[in-house]
Amino acid sequence: MSLQPVVFPGRRYRAGRRARDWGPAVVVLVSGIGSWQGLVTALDIQRFLLPKPTEILSALRENWSFLWGAGWYTFGEAVGGFVIGGALAIATALALARWPPLGRALLPYAIAANAIPIIAFAPIFNNWFGLINPVSKMAMAAVLAFFPVMINMLRGLTSVHPSSIELMRSYAAGEAATFRRVRIPNSLPFLFSGLKVASVLAMIGAVVSQYFGGLRSTSLGLFIKEKAALAFFPEAWAAIVVASVLGVAFYLAIVLVERSALRWHPSVRGVRAE
Amino acid sequence: MPRPAAVSLGGVSKHYAVPGGPGVTALAPIDLDVHPGEFVSLIGPSGCGKSTLLRIIGDLVQATEGQVLVNGKPAHQARLDRDYGIVFQDPVLYDWRTVARNISLPLEMLGWDRQRRASRVAEMLDLVELGGFEGHYPWQLSGGMQQRVSIARALSFSPALLLMDEPFGALDEMTRERLNGELLRIWQQSGCTIVFVTHSITEAVFLSTRVVVMSARPGRVIGIVEIDVPQPRTVDTREEPRFFELVTEVRERLRKGGAAEALAEEELLLVEEER
Amino acid sequence: MLARRRVRGVLAFVTVLIGLVALWEGYRAIGQSTGLTWPFPVNERSMPHIHHILGQLFEPSRRNGPPLVTVLLQAALFTAREAALGFVLGASTGFVLGVALAHSRLLERGLLPYIVASQTIPILAIAPMVVVWLGAGLFSVAIIAAYLTFFPVTINTLRGLRSADPRAHELMDSYAANRRSVLWKLRVPASMPYLFTALKISAPASVVGAIIGELPSSIQGGLGGAILNYNQYYITSPASLWATNVVAAALGISFFGVVLLAERLVVHRAPEHVA
Repeated sequence: MSLQPVVFPGRRYRAGRRARDWGPAVVVLVSGIGSWQGLVTALDIQRFLLPKPTEILSALRENWSFLWGAGWYTFGEAVGGFVIGGALAIATALALARWPPLGRALLPYAIAANAIPIIAFAPIFNNWFGLINPVSKMAMAAVLAFFPVMINMLRGLTSVHPSSIELMRSYAAGEAATFRRVRIPNSLPFLFSGLKVASVLAMIGAVVSQYFGGLRSTSLGLFIKEKAALAFFPEAWAAIVVASVLGVAFYLAIVLVERSALRWHPSVRGVRAE
Repeated sequence: MPRPAAVSLGGVSKHYAVPGGPGVTALAPIDLDVHPGEFVSLIGPSGCGKSTLLRIIGDLVQATEGQVLVNGKPAHQARLDRDYGIVFQDPVLYDWRTVARNISLPLEMLGWDRQRRASRVAEMLDLVELGGFEGHYPWQLSGGMQQRVSIARALSFSPALLLMDEPFGALDEMTRERLNGELLRIWQQSGCTIVFVTHSITEAVFLSTRVVVMSARPGRVIGIVEIDVPQPRTVDTREEPRFFELVTEVRERLRKGGAAEALAEEELLLVEEER
Repeated sequence: MLARRRVRGVLAFVTVLIGLVALWEGYRAIGQSTGLTWPFPVNERSMPHIHHILGQLFEPSRRNGPPLVTVLLQAALFTAREAALGFVLGASTGFVLGVALAHSRLLERGLLPYIVASQTIPILAIAPMVVVWLGAGLFSVAIIAAYLTFFPVTINTLRGLRSADPRAHELMDSYAANRRSVLWKLRVPASMPYLFTALKISAPASVVGAIIGELPSSIQGGLGGAILNYNQYYITSPASLWATNVVAAALGISFFGVVLLAERLVVHRAPEHVA
């Protein structure tokens, strides 16, 4: 095996490394936005899909009060659904891991259910909970969040090395202790994987289920649909920008929590110098 | 069958530079000649650079200084000419290929046609005594069997040189001793040169014509022991007095070479260099 | 012995199915008798009997029209075409992109952040605009499905191509393999499990994308149109909307099933162990 020393390089080296890592991306960003603005102006592209960045910005400013309110409201629906779906998912995963025969019987169903286009149930949720009731959107976000979290957590709880389980047995530890000391810690990286996916799905679910109807003053999705139908694309894009930014913020919040919860995990630890 | 290769190392050293630090010297200048048809073992404490040295011979790692000649050519050219086969401690078989297709991998890359590949694969399977396992997948075989497939693959194109990096290190003692005997048989049948890295003294003495003893890091050659036990060597060879004498001699050299404690075959001790 | 396990598996499957139906009917019965209104009011409208839903499939879809199941299956086929086209486009683009990024660190550093960021644009949210812009039709809806597919495929292809054991790469070096051989004989086969993980996620996502894409425009022929249509008739015939959802679910599951089948054929790996 070849010899690779582990050394932590000095500060100047790290700064240089960082520039090398991110430089190309920044170049692409700046040139991308620049050419977008330039091309649309130069070729006089109809504002069908790609309005100029400046137009989107002014649309953002004009509709700011609506977008701010509706954005946070929609975000609230997403987070609410995420919490409900995530909590149910964790509880289900714990139960299925505790009673493996149940888990084995239900796993094919969970996998199949994950393939169902849940979004098709939006009208039914509207009928159940009421078109303008935020719960109808939260329900969609909850169902969308449930599966990735449940499946990932279940995998994390059960993909423990058999030797770890045997070790616990040798300590005459009961199921509860085994869960607490081995299975649950082992499942955390998997759980966060699932939570990250679920956060994105919850936000998308909240916005898209609003396509099927909702309270106009608080629905980003309805706004997007109506503006697009009227060919007011800068406005529609402005709303999408708001939705995206909130979605990214949600995702990043989870990444931050993950960093502190998983300080020991190789993906979060330092990197060996090459 | 091509003529076995000679390996010649002149002043070969390896130094790893680390930004913002003095760096690490893995190998101090090494001079070594391996004669065609020999079986040479490299033995030394952990971290002494023997695996690095093997990889330098195979041009998988570049030496910082010095010259490496394999089969009369620079190591780089020898690699391009496919003059050697390599066996790692891990069989490194491709999960998605059957045993037969794993063995034929280098042959595919050499552009052999299907019929020729098939007959050579059959030959190799006989050589390592795994006939009948062509259609199996690696995960269906035991560790020892996987390693035999790895050897078959390395020899499939009849290289002049075989490089082996602790190939039996992950196996149990019984399997290991049996595979040692098989390796000697295969060596004699194929007639190639073998450079073999190990940390087991008895294995080195049993297999080799010469044992090269290396010091702890930075690795240096601190002794070469001629193994004059006659061929063919069998199970009984391990119980001969001359065998024990040679094992003791190698152990003494290791002890003198700056290793904190002697290496025992049953224990692998991590050696820290005194600074 | 294997037969007995299979029988037990089928039994478990059927038992769970019966259990789920019982759960539905049970909740409905309890809800109706106690006049439950939280979380939603339970009545014939919100929770039709399972047999009503299934029976509705064989009722005419409208006065003197063909049975619902025929209409829905045609709609499913319509949507399936869009989803399949998008899936294939997205998967091939993603794969090529993954290979390109794996070969060039510069490309990777320049493009990867945007590929990741592209997924923060809720494509389903801009589906209305895309379909309007490109003109409502097969291709524009397929674009949405393709967008949903290409990201997981790119990321997983990139990871998979990099996942091979470094020693497998060394082995390739020892064969003096050129880049093309290393790609097709080592990296691509090694990436298959990762690729299929992505495809298993993307296949149902393509169906979702197709359905959403059909919604805002005047595309009547697919499941999206059917959902909107039967949503309007929910008061008079709730079972029809439920039946539509059942068909949509079946479509998603069958797309997934096809990928699963393909995976069984292509990927031969050791079974994962589960404690």
